[in-house]
Amino acid sequence: MPSIRLQLFGILFTLTSLSSYAQDEDLLSLVGDDKPKKEHVDYAFKSSRVIMSQSMELIRPGVMDFRILHRFGSIDKGAYEMFGLDNATMRMGLDFGITKNFMLGVGRSTNKKEFDGFLKYRLVHQSKNGGLPFSVVVVAGGTLNSLKWADTTRKNFFTSRMAYYGQIIIGSKLSESITLQVMPTVLHRNLVPDFADPSDLIAVGVGGRIRLSNRVSLTADYLYRVNPNKADGTRDPLSIGFDIETGGHVFQLHFSNALGMNERSFLTETTGQWGKGEIQFGFNIMRAFQINKKEKKNK
Amino acid sequence: MKKTIITLVALAITSSQLLAQDKYFTKTGTIFFECTKSPLEKIEATNGNTTCVVDTKTGNMQFAVQMKGFEFKRALMQEHFNENYVESHKFPKAEFKGQVSNNGDINYAKDGEYTAKVKGKLTMHGETRDVETSGKVSVKGGKVNLLATFQILLSDFKVSIPSVVSDKISNTVNIKVDCALEPLK
Repeated sequence: MPSIRLQLFGILFTLTSLSSYAQDEDLLSLVGDDKPKKEHVDYAFKSSRVIMSQSMELIRPGVMDFRILHRFGSIDKGAYEMFGLDNATMRMGLDFGITKNFMLGVGRSTNKKEFDGFLKYRLVHQSKNGGLPFSVVVVAGGTLNSLKWADTTRKNFFTSRMAYYGQIIIGSKLSESITLQVMPTVLHRNLVPDFADPSDLIAVGVGGRIRLSNRVSLTADYLYRVNPNKADGTRDPLSIGFDIETGGHVFQLHFSNALGMNERSFLTETTGQWGKGEIQFGFNIMRAFQINKKEKKNK
Repeated sequence: MKKTIITLVALAITSSQLLAQDKYFTKTGTIFFECTKSPLEKIEATNGNTTCVVDTKTGNMQFAVQMKGFEFKRALMQEHFNENYVESHKFPKAEFKGQVSNNGDINYAKDGEYTAKVKGKLTMHGETRDVETSGKVSVKGGKVNLLATFQILLSDFKVSIPSVVSDKISNTVNIKVDCALEPLK
């Protein structure tokens, strides 16, 4: 008798195992496709710069970014100067994406006929579903003033034209619309204009963006200088603007009290005061070119 | 008594094994799409990590693909694709759930080429639309290969094209699916 009962049980068992393969099941769950995978968080900023300063984003490998930066005159000059539009300084530069985590760039500003260059490397890439929730990027750069010597009677050293800076950017794309970063910075000048000026200027910057729509963001960056020469009338630089994306270009339109377009310049030569309207309109235009159109082979 | 148990266990195992061989899958299928309008600027991308599972007994099939996994030749195009067009942060996956309507005509156990008529629902960018196409099923040495092409309209899936680039991006997208499936154990 027990054998009949067992057989019955067996038939039931077999039926159950059959019915577990019933219609309308989620086939994808059979291969574990429903689990979230670890992935890098990208597109924290539209550009490799917030406005003045480097952002936590890098341009992609094989991309050359042609950057044209303009700063007009102070808007408090009034209608006679067309609110500053009569005067402009500019910087033209080229950035190159070398690998996923490494880029470099060079540029030249009309102000002080100054050349600049930088290397930028991402140590930590923010990721979700595992990994760290922030990125860490390091930047090392230098500037070279190429003006004729102001005083030819004294001994001038070539190194006096140079300044260097190092920066650590710690940033996080907190949500799809909000990105924030802090950037401790050290600037070393081989020659400072005044005895009271520190050779090593320390600054802490903050930058961020709020994405207003798919193609428009509100951005701002500010650098607090820890040990400036209080007597020389320079200020901490603050810029506020919009990133507007149109196809292959990104336009960054902004207002800033800083005229400088490299780290040495905007950290040590910013004299305008926001409260007095000593700010100017400026824009950065970025045009990306893909220089290696590699064919990606898929298995 | 012992015999019965052995028979039972054997039956259960066999039945589940038989069923298991009904299903085929891949995680490295390829989806290619192209929506070029101007010959100057090719807009095309490939994703080599498509998941596909087919139940040969019922003819049910399912595909899933991470939108972020589409690779373009131009990095900027890829960024725009994710950020502005398909909004992959909001809609990370595209899925297709469908059925081979002439499943009876296909013998998955015998080498050969068969034409499969597939009908189902494609979900992308938060929209679901009916899709129908006929593709090719090739069976060779226990492996099943799927190949199909079909078209969708971007406007059906509420992917908007700004007027500035309307001369570059076609509203009609040509999609090619190529999956080499292996038995799911």
